[in-house]
Amino acid sequence: MDTHLNRVEEIKIEQGVKKSRTPARLDYAQSATGLFLALFMWAHMMLVSSILLGEEMMYKVTKLLEGEPILGESYPILVTLTAIFIFTIFITHAAIAIRKFPGSWKEYRLYRAHMKRMKHGDTNLWFYQVMTGFVMFFLGSVHLFIIMTNPADIGPYASADRIVSEWMWPVYILLLLAVEFHGSIGLYRLAVKWGWFEGKDAKKSRKKLKMYKWFITFFFLTLGFLSLAAYIKIGLAQIDADKVGSRYIPQSSIEKGVH
Amino acid sequence: MSETKGRMLKVSILRYDPNIKDDKPRMETYEIEEAPGMTLFIALNDIRQHQDNSLKFDFVCRAGICGSCSMLVNGKPTLACRALTSKMDPEISLAPLPVFELIGDLSINTGKWMSGMNERLETWIHKEEGKAEHSIDRLEEKMDPDLSDEIYELDRCVECGCCVAGCGTIVMRENFVGAVGMNKIARYSLDPRDERTDDDYYDLVGDEDGVFGCMSLLGCEDSCPKDLPLQSKIAYLRRKMVSLKDK
Repeated sequence: MDTHLNRVEEIKIEQGVKKSRTPARLDYAQSATGLFLALFMWAHMMLVSSILLGEEMMYKVTKLLEGEPILGESYPILVTLTAIFIFTIFITHAAIAIRKFPGSWKEYRLYRAHMKRMKHGDTNLWFYQVMTGFVMFFLGSVHLFIIMTNPADIGPYASADRIVSEWMWPVYILLLLAVEFHGSIGLYRLAVKWGWFEGKDAKKSRKKLKMYKWFITFFFLTLGFLSLAAYIKIGLAQIDADKVGSRYIPQSSIEKGVH
Repeated sequence: MSETKGRMLKVSILRYDPNIKDDKPRMETYEIEEAPGMTLFIALNDIRQHQDNSLKFDFVCRAGICGSCSMLVNGKPTLACRALTSKMDPEISLAPLPVFELIGDLSINTGKWMSGMNERLETWIHKEEGKAEHSIDRLEEKMDPDLSDEIYELDRCVECGCCVAGCGTIVMRENFVGAVGMNKIARYSLDPRDERTDDDYYDLVGDEDGVFGCMSLLGCEDSCPKDLPLQSKIAYLRRKMVSLKDK
């Protein structure tokens, strides 16, 4: 039987008759990058949804992320650097995870037939992960590139203009759905894959994890759509007031009479 | 026992024998009256005895021990002898397990696949050569009862193939070792009598045909008629294999 150690293409002189450790590292790296991205997206959503607490709050969050409270003035380059970092992890995760995708029409067809036969929840969830992952190759890249190259244009009005006047809303709706499903399914899968939170009764724990997973999906989708609606409302108001392209002026400056 | 008539079951069976020239795959439906406590084992034997003696299917123990009667029942892999018809809708569809070589109708060659897997993973106790005395007269060393229970728990596998047929990974990638194989490696790695090291096990399952090919779909866990802790054992093996240091 084929164990790969009897195949010349697997042989490396310096390695001897030993299997490569790379598959282990790839598996670990896929999980680690996925975990990082999923947790990053939680934090990201918390920051984005600050718009629900008002324009001033969202403005303060953006200035915080540009380092203003610490550095004295705002440095949008920090946003660019963060976006480059996230983009790198994102591409790494995609590159590693793509090796699990159905690699041919035959594999795709066999998996689909298996899904249809089995009607098995976790088997179906994996396919949604493949689909949402595929969607994110494109939509995630568009979003990251725009943020990377326009780091100063994040704010209550600037973001709203981007979503409404610059036509990003269809991208964001799809991206939101893809991220929230992919992330929560991924976290659930990480737990069952590595045996986290397994406890004494793995079956019981899995049921609980699945429940948390749906809760997380629902919570972040709700928060996401509410935030998106808030930005769209502002974006439409910007058009009505013929103020597209204008920037938010913080309350504090108005009070001080700076502007 | 009441004399009331049982439900009429409609059992649709995928019929196809690749060994018969020009045979074509087709669904054939048999009607049978449900009896109290009826399993698919009883139903299929009744059908073969009274309706169609050309129907092929495998049974030995009829008690969930031999693992011969695994088949797809309404799309899900399970043992027919443990499948009570009373728990099903009256319309039941049966098909042979995928992945394995089809002998005919519901009969498949799990034995061939399993012996290949066992050879590939060397699922037997290994002693370091020259070190151990191979004598059947020598008393075995005592084993901690908890450990022996743990090993026995994994040894309950009957190689029925349900975990293989329930695995989405193996359906796409036929060289994947499947839960049955990983469960065995977990079993031998627990056993102090087996002197193989984790590095040795890595050479057997440390690639994408082994534990790193598993996508944690858990079709195995949910299909295993013996309720083996496959999810836990695959996770255990994955952690163990990832934690190995470079040589």
